[in-house]
Amino acid sequence: MNLHAVKSIYYFEMARAWRTLFQSLISPVISTCLYFIVFGSAIGSRINDIDGVSYGAFIVPGLIMLSLLTESISNASFGIYLPRFTGTIYEVLSAPVSHVEITIGYVGAAASKSVVLGCIILATAGLFVPIEIAHPLWMLAFMILTAVSFSLFGFIIGIWADGFERLQIIPLVIVTPLAFLGGTFYSIDMLPPMWRTITLFNPVVYLVSGFRWSFYENADVDVALSLAMIGLFLTACMITVSWIFKTGYRLKP
Amino acid sequence: MDDAISIRQLSKRYDSGFEALKHVDLDIRRGEIFALLGPNGAGKTTLIGCVCGIVRPTGGTIVVNGHDAATAYRQTRAEIGLVPQELTTDAFETVWNTVTFSRGLFGKPRDDAHIRRTLESLSLLDKRDDRIMSLSGGMKRRLLIAKALSHEPSILFLDEPTAGVDVELRQEMWRIVRELRRAGVTIILTTHYIEEAEEMADRVGVINHGELILVEEKTELMHKLGKKQMSLELTEQLQSIPDALNRYQLELIDDGNVLVYTYDTHGARTGITPLLQELNEAGIRFRDIHTTQSTLEDIFVSLVKSPP
Ligand SMILES: Nc1ncnc2c1ncn2[C@@H]1O[C@H](COP(=O)(O)OP(=O)(O)OP(=O)(O)O)[C@@H](O)[C@H]1O
Ligand SMILES: [Mg+2]
Repeated sequence: MNLHAVKSIYYFEMARAWRTLFQSLISPVISTCLYFIVFGSAIGSRINDIDGVSYGAFIVPGLIMLSLLTESISNASFGIYLPRFTGTIYEVLSAPVSHVEITIGYVGAAASKSVVLGCIILATAGLFVPIEIAHPLWMLAFMILTAVSFSLFGFIIGIWADGFERLQIIPLVIVTPLAFLGGTFYSIDMLPPMWRTITLFNPVVYLVSGFRWSFYENADVDVALSLAMIGLFLTACMITVSWIFKTGYRLKP
Repeated sequence: MDDAISIRQLSKRYDSGFEALKHVDLDIRRGEIFALLGPNGAGKTTLIGCVCGIVRPTGGTIVVNGHDAATAYRQTRAEIGLVPQELTTDAFETVWNTVTFSRGLFGKPRDDAHIRRTLESLSLLDKRDDRIMSLSGGMKRRLLIAKALSHEPSILFLDEPTAGVDVELRQEMWRIVRELRRAGVTIILTTHYIEEAEEMADRVGVINHGELILVEEKTELMHKLGKKQMSLELTEQLQSIPDALNRYQLELIDDGNVLVYTYDTHGARTGITPLLQELNEAGIRFRDIHTTQSTLEDIFVSLVKSPP
């Protein structure tokens, strides 16, 4: 294992985030505050408690998941797309590093950033609503698993993309709708039966449900199922990444 | 094991179906400066890419310091530094950070003293805290060299190190390369500038259409193909060359005002003395003589122009 290389890539990526710290933090924090003001306080005050949890508190896990997903994807996709775009990727490709090490460096950095961001949003949410976390360790585990899986997914997008538009399109067209329809702002029990069934095909439902369980011990779907789904997604991404490196897809002509 | 790199039957066919390398065999000796010459699109960058792991070869083997580049890539790549053709840099990084990054990436523990020395030898030390985007093109080129040297490689690839570089900086680059060679680094450089190969290289390889058409000691090459021409400016115009002089294969140019004799500098006899004598006997007078030696450039052009 070329630990020096993994560390180099990781620190290099983290340093890039550090330089743009303000931008990377300010926009998710502001949008979270807005959600709380609009949904948590203004509208939420007229919505009944859901499963004994006030609406403001109910949406906290979903909102964190929302940021975690979008930030993981955008961090990781940008992190690998940028060197491809500028051409500096040549150095990584010519270095004595394995595929696994490259992936750990880039994906690890992207995931770390989104976990930090998730914690900051959690703290911000705490300013608006009282939050209690029933299973802090599970909460952290869900957060890290989600961050890693979706950073891996973003990494794949960053390798697949051959222009800045493509870099934006997947998060915008697929991930944001899935996240919004994934039970962030409602419990899927509140949906009519047909929609409930359709929703079960949305992977984000399992993430939000499991994550919410770690806070309030109530879940839309079984926690074990949530974990299994994340595991499935993670495995699929890992297989794709290993295929990418094996074939040199979009990395080596 | 005195070859630094040993390439056998290396082929590369790009996904487009284009054959950029066709069964290339090449040995690079330890400690030499090898110049790879070739016109645009000849396959120089592709060849380097295959050795460094940036391009996937479609056939053949590459052995670096006794290790197979495909299977033992950790050993081979750690030995190699690459300065790419394009000036690709992270604009927002500082000089120091980017060179430190390179060293770590190649698996070496941090060593500030080495990086300091490297930057110093490339006159970049006072720029170490500057952002890369504030550097000039020549400085960026030197920075790429510093990055390539950060992990103390024993083999250095320079892909057109002096492309778009002014005369002064080119001299500077040559000085750097010579210093590296003195330190024992094996250097492979590609170039369009023949004078560069002529000035620097121990051996020259010429590549065209993905085929290595010649590999030769530079001196040997110049020796072998080194023709000299003697031009005689005649005092009187000449209509045709007298038959008596046929065996000299003279050429009459400039409306019969200049007579050109081509001879081999390394032949046992150049034939100059008898020629001048016979010209005298034939009553052909001349007012000036000068000689020109064919350069590597002429050799190169004639090689590349000639049909495969
Ligand atoms: N990724 C690629 N896909 C398809 N063809 C390619 C690719 N890269 C290079 N080629 C082709 O392979 C040939 C050799 O290219 P290469 O870059 O090795 O040439 P070169 O000798 O370095 O030329 P130059 O002196 O212009 O740098 C060219 O015809 C080029 O068009
Ligand atoms: Mg080239």
